[in-house]
Amino acid sequence: MSISLLALFLALGSFGAGLLGALTGLGGGLVVVPMMTLLFHIDLRYAIGASLVSVIATSSGAAAAYVREGFTNVRVGIFLEVATTVGALSGAALAGFIPTSALAVLFGLVLLYTAYRSLRAPEEHPTDLPSDPLALRLRLNSTYPTAAGIRAYSVQGVKKGFALMFVAGVLSALLGIGSGIVKVLAMDHTMKLPFKVSTTTSNFMIGVTAAASAGVYLHRGYIEPALAFPVMLGVLAGALLGARILAGAKTLWLRRIFTTVVVVLALEMLYKGLRGGL
Amino acid sequence: MTAPGKQPPGTAVRDSRDEQVELVIGRLLQWGVLAAAIVVVIGGLLLLAQYGHLPANFRQFNGEDAALRSVGGIIGAALSGDSRAIVQLGLVLLIATPAARVALTLGAFIIQRDRLYMLTTTIVLALLLYGLIWGRA
Repeated sequence: MSISLLALFLALGSFGAGLLGALTGLGGGLVVVPMMTLLFHIDLRYAIGASLVSVIATSSGAAAAYVREGFTNVRVGIFLEVATTVGALSGAALAGFIPTSALAVLFGLVLLYTAYRSLRAPEEHPTDLPSDPLALRLRLNSTYPTAAGIRAYSVQGVKKGFALMFVAGVLSALLGIGSGIVKVLAMDHTMKLPFKVSTTTSNFMIGVTAAASAGVYLHRGYIEPALAFPVMLGVLAGALLGARILAGAKTLWLRRIFTTVVVVLALEMLYKGLRGGL
Repeated sequence: MTAPGKQPPGTAVRDSRDEQVELVIGRLLQWGVLAAAIVVVIGGLLLLAQYGHLPANFRQFNGEDAALRSVGGIIGAALSGDSRAIVQLGLVLLIATPAARVALTLGAFIIQRDRLYMLTTTIVLALLLYGLIWGRA
């Protein structure tokens, strides 16, 4: 296959990944790496480099829209970014020592977990519990707009959330993904932020986390322009279109389709990883 | 925007100034991504014109050319018209947008004289620049 033809296929595949990722809220980065390695037999390191770049593009590209809605908690974001960037730099340092077959298995497990979470409805939880004393000291508690006006919320489980964010950073660097699922888990489940606050703050953090490891990978030669350019442009275009048509879309069916794709890719990654074929 | 009377202690009430700062940051990020994408498109088209007919072989990891691995090397090669370096320059711009966001957030905390978050934001910015400029983890 010529470089031009490969670029065309990668751009189309990435466009689909970005579109479905935005419509389902699962993010496009998750399927870019499996697509590149399983379908086009590209080395895992080049795939991770290209995928991280596309993750930054979608996060920064969507930032203005999220900010306008007024849900992002900047203090929570910055505080947790200390954990995710340290995690990302640690992950990037580790990446050179972990065999690609082990990374493929890890990737498969993360994909399966994501599929499992995506089929469960987001749980409602009370946001007016007494605050974690640490959250008071760090001034993490804030307010957000609801249909019934401005509501205050308090933050729980600060230490555990911080630790989970470190894990999210490590995974982001090792696998070239946004780790949005772990970030939302930490903020939604552990720190008990309102759902809209956790998803938008997560978007705020994904780009910063990915940029930390992308910088390191640039120096290691993981970022190949012939591969990164169609992937970045494809995912970005797909994600922007997805965000635009989100309002009228029937997301339940899309979610099922995307989840099926994720499960198939997960099994394939596990199989290839365990057989050592990647 | 007014907040309801009853607030748990320690709640940072969002005010319109906060919101305006965030809005400006969000806009700047969008422009940053747009600028990066334009540079990548130009470099990408040149790259395809130059190397598009060659067989693609990325099965084996060989690492990128040394010149395309550092910010200085990329800028130098891009200015001399190397298509691969122009793509790489766009990607460096893209990687720098989150750093710009953190730097602007730092500016906002400085204006608010928020010492704790000035420190926290500086740590994040330092980690980001460390990765991008020195590239060792």
